[in-house]
Amino acid sequence: MRLGLRLFLGLLFVRTSGVLMNPVIEVKGVYKSFKHVQAVAGVDFEILKGQSVALLGPNGAGKTTLMEMIEGIQKPDRGEILVLGKGWKGNEDALHQQIGLSLQETQFLDRLTVRETLVLFASFYGLDRGRVDEIIHIIDLAEKSRSYVVNLSGGQRQRLAIGIALLNRPRLLLLDEPTTGLDPNARREIWSILLRLKQSQTSLILTTHYMEEAEQLCDRIIIIDHGRILKKGTLAQLLEAEDGQKIIEFTLEAPAKTDTPEPSRFHIQWVPGWEKGSVILPRIEGELPEFLDFLRQNGLRLKNLECRRKTLDDLFIEMTGRRLDA
Amino acid sequence: MRHSQLFQLISAHFKDIIRHPAVIFWGIVFPILMSLGLGVAFTRKPDIVRQVAVTGLAHSGSPVSPASAGSSIEDTRIILDFLKNHAKKMESGSSGKPVYSITLKDEKLGDTTFVFRETTWKQAMILLKRGNLSVVMSGNSGRIEYHFDPLNPDAQFTYFKLAGIFKGQAAVPAIDDVRPLTVSGTRYIDFLVPGLMAMDIMMSCMWGMSYGMIDKRSKKLLRRMVATPMKKSYFLLALMTVRIVMNAIEASLLFLFTWFVFHITIQGSFPGLAAIFLSGNIAFGGIAIFVSSRTDNTEIGNGLVNAVVMPMMVLSGIFFSYHNFPEWSIPVIRKLPLTLLADGLRGVFIEGAGLGGVLSAAGILLAIGVAFFTAGLKIFKWH
Repeated sequence: MRLGLRLFLGLLFVRTSGVLMNPVIEVKGVYKSFKHVQAVAGVDFEILKGQSVALLGPNGAGKTTLMEMIEGIQKPDRGEILVLGKGWKGNEDALHQQIGLSLQETQFLDRLTVRETLVLFASFYGLDRGRVDEIIHIIDLAEKSRSYVVNLSGGQRQRLAIGIALLNRPRLLLLDEPTTGLDPNARREIWSILLRLKQSQTSLILTTHYMEEAEQLCDRIIIIDHGRILKKGTLAQLLEAEDGQKIIEFTLEAPAKTDTPEPSRFHIQWVPGWEKGSVILPRIEGELPEFLDFLRQNGLRLKNLECRRKTLDDLFIEMTGRRLDA
Repeated sequence: MRHSQLFQLISAHFKDIIRHPAVIFWGIVFPILMSLGLGVAFTRKPDIVRQVAVTGLAHSGSPVSPASAGSSIEDTRIILDFLKNHAKKMESGSSGKPVYSITLKDEKLGDTTFVFRETTWKQAMILLKRGNLSVVMSGNSGRIEYHFDPLNPDAQFTYFKLAGIFKGQAAVPAIDDVRPLTVSGTRYIDFLVPGLMAMDIMMSCMWGMSYGMIDKRSKKLLRRMVATPMKKSYFLLALMTVRIVMNAIEASLLFLFTWFVFHITIQGSFPGLAAIFLSGNIAFGGIAIFVSSRTDNTEIGNGLVNAVVMPMMVLSGIFFSYHNFPEWSIPVIRKLPLTLLADGLRGVFIEGAGLGGVLSAAGILLAIGVAFFTAGLKIFKWH
């Protein structure tokens, strides 16, 4: 009986891991340049079935070029990209049937209604009206289904773009900056659609320069800048090394003197004006009192103090010296 | 119910066009208004009024025309005396000098009125440069001199009539030998309407298709569409189908209007008309796809479309016959797609051509369309 259970669990593990280990995207040593710009410079990664992965990086990092190569819109100068186990050449139709994508800032026909636009794209996949109704429900545009695209807000248009990407029940969803330029409410509406989608085991890869978006929607994060991968892993793995570290952000009642001495055990990052600053404390329990003593000894009175965990943004600044949304 | 790709593409393109109210105006109302305006202008002979400057008269200062340098006041008075005796004195002009008019009555060709104003030579030149008049009269040793640009047909026309008046030959013009042609097919409007239809096909294809595709490319819509299993040929086929249907509607409405107002008729056969109309659409559809095959910049698109349509607009004889161009250029002009289409349509409309009469032109247009369509498709940039 015990042997039978072990065998069953073993088979279950092999089957499950077999499915999970099946890569939906394999990017191997990919390079791409435009004239004098090296957009992608030697990128390798894999995305497994059911995973949600964010390509996180600032504008100009090479995210869109990488995404367009995955989408088959551009060809790598060097290296190989396999999507669902196939290269693009000769497999365009088969791959288009299984992939859904949303480009950066696509505009649809202005004078077509939401429903008509969905019906048009549904016809490319041979889908029926029932699927169009489902999508209108999923993207929550039932009230706007008879509105012309030109009359939709930015968020509604982006929901429509995602709806079109979902029409064919894709195995792999590619979203290029799906919420860029949207207000926080519209962004959260898109997130809620994509979070519901995560439950359906659709593999997702999205580019973004919003750290919060990557944290909310994705299991794995690939940080990219100047066409290279700086770091990749789960959010926990990325922040693991700095797990105990905390960041203290403070504001003083009056600016500090520019010749204020530097504490011996930690470094204060002053904001120009010497009124605000931040400090990374590896062990907050021991070092916070020390920090407060330092302020007192130098006659600096606190107006405000906040303690928080290190984020991807902090990590990115440490690695590149720039902010993600720069 | 599953949706057919081609049907949905045709439906989408069609809705995209007809839901822009401006399309109805520019595609249907504007050609009709143009035919009405030009038709009225050229079918009812209007009364012609021509201004003439008379310089060097006694109280207008000394004449300064090089030709009449040295002419005396008495010499130029010959004009004034003639006007006093034969012309109607009108109220004085702004300069206080008398203004005279002579009207030649003509029921068949329309009345022609000449208005004579005394001016200095300098004032006459300013009026000439502004296009207010084309002939200046002055006197020289008892003779009347006419100053005008010999290359200006209107100036020549005015000169001949004026010379007739001042020689006393045209006071009562001989009109009995004039037989105006008003038979359907021989009027200017009969020449104009097929030309307008041809121009409408060209403009509609070039601006509607070319510019539309460049716009869709710049908005990344083409890129998004080809990231689906959509058949690319269906996309272009749908675009051409919608354009042909729109052009057929526009041409039919233009024909109905001109038939009703100007009694335009189709003297040739319907199969001939259909052949030349379809081949013309295919030719310009193919050219439109070729022109819009690469760029995603609407400014460049503007330039490309203009580079194609402007020479043909000028050369292909839409409004006036291209036979006025130099002889050596006529064989080249005849081979332009718009000339082939306009001549073909005119052949059916006013010369009674049948299918056989337009087969050669239709064949060439079809070949042009297929060649440009194929070349355009090969280099077409979807992304």
